[in-house]
Amino acid sequence: MSINTDKNSYTVVFAAVMVVIVGSLLAFMSSSLKDRIAENERFEKQQNILYAMGVNENVDEGSVNFVSTDKVEGEFKTYIKKQLVIEGDQVSEDDHAYLIDMKKQMAIAKKGETPKLPLLVGEKDGETFYIIPMYGKGLWDAIWGFIALDKTMTVRGVYFDHKGETPGLGANIKQRYFMDDFTGESILKGDEYVGITVAKGNNDPLNNEKDDNEVDALAGATITGNGVSAMIKESINLYKDYLKTVSAK
Amino acid sequence: MALLTKKDASLITDPLADNNPITIQVLGICSALAITAELKASVVMAISVLFVLSVGNVVISLMRNIIPSKIRIIVQLIVVATLVIIVDQVLKAFAYELSKTLSVFVGLIITNCIIMGRFEAFALGNGPWRSFLDGIGNALGYGVILVIVGFFRELLGSGTLFGYPVLGNPIEKTGLYSIGYENNGFMIIPPAALIVVGIIIWVQRSRNPALVEDH
Repeated sequence: MSINTDKNSYTVVFAAVMVVIVGSLLAFMSSSLKDRIAENERFEKQQNILYAMGVNENVDEGSVNFVSTDKVEGEFKTYIKKQLVIEGDQVSEDDHAYLIDMKKQMAIAKKGETPKLPLLVGEKDGETFYIIPMYGKGLWDAIWGFIALDKTMTVRGVYFDHKGETPGLGANIKQRYFMDDFTGESILKGDEYVGITVAKGNNDPLNNEKDDNEVDALAGATITGNGVSAMIKESINLYKDYLKTVSAK
Repeated sequence: MALLTKKDASLITDPLADNNPITIQVLGICSALAITAELKASVVMAISVLFVLSVGNVVISLMRNIIPSKIRIIVQLIVVATLVIIVDQVLKAFAYELSKTLSVFVGLIITNCIIMGRFEAFALGNGPWRSFLDGIGNALGYGVILVIVGFFRELLGSGTLFGYPVLGNPIEKTGLYSIGYENNGFMIIPPAALIVVGIIIWVQRSRNPALVEDH
């Protein structure tokens, strides 16, 4: 059997058949795996939130270890006492608040409308933590994370992640040595909610100064670092009216 | 090698040395620059390309007699893209952690010129088994260079290997850093990869002068 593969009609038919086969194959893959993927993403979010408030399985100085996937749902219920949705002056409770997409809500806020902002209230060792989801831009793509504050508006832990920052440079925002620096910093300067700046040349590589609203930047990752600063500032700004009502200061 | 004939075995061994895709064919340079700042990223990328290139070569080779030559490049692109998306989805469902490490490379694999280059140059004219071997060989040749470059860039640029500090702590000045050694920040930016690849090409060609083109 020999086919004349140079004929135009053959080319068109071949392309059409190929598109149908590939299209249905991918659609089938996507719909059959959708639930599993969604569940994995949900667990990951719970792990990230718990990590920010200090519930993790870190053993040494070096690496990030989350609560394991099989335990995470239980731990999440234990530590997260309340899930709030803040809509303007209205505050309501919602058990699925943590699944709210911050990207969409930030876009709504930018248009000048009222966003639905999720805020998680956690409790650990008798202390209350307010965990704020964040979303922003790095150098190449999205960055996001969670910041856990206590009643004095001091950072008790953060978690950052990114979609496609440069490995070895911007991607290091999810390394322990960078995230740990935030712990103990205050987001307040006087009475103002200024957030925390990722600063170059703050002459504090060991991060001993905890009252300067600054952490040491990553070398070679200026734009990602600026993105982190902007992301913290923007999110704090959205939540500051609510935070003022719970702040002990 | 009883399993492979001499000719078949050379499909695997040639790209490792005298017909290396990066240093001799100069394919796949872009990803060699982008992701070799860390050894771990190099290894993950090498394994991903190994899979996509070997399977893709077989698929293209099986289809080689029915692909219309006018749209063959598009067909090749679709095969690569489909394979990469399938792998990505399956990993997301069953090995979520791994898929997060890989996500950066997905786009890079689709545009990797080694893959299109091997489809075009080899798989379109050879049978599935030989194409499979050719895919393995070229991906390994690519991977070897990636790992060598990643090793030097991470060691000299960050003082670590696979993320573990091997030269001491640069902030607390322990190990090698206590006698005044400093990490070379230049090594973690992409131009450093060009220099390392250049040195590899230089070494390779001075050992085997037959590789030097006379212009």
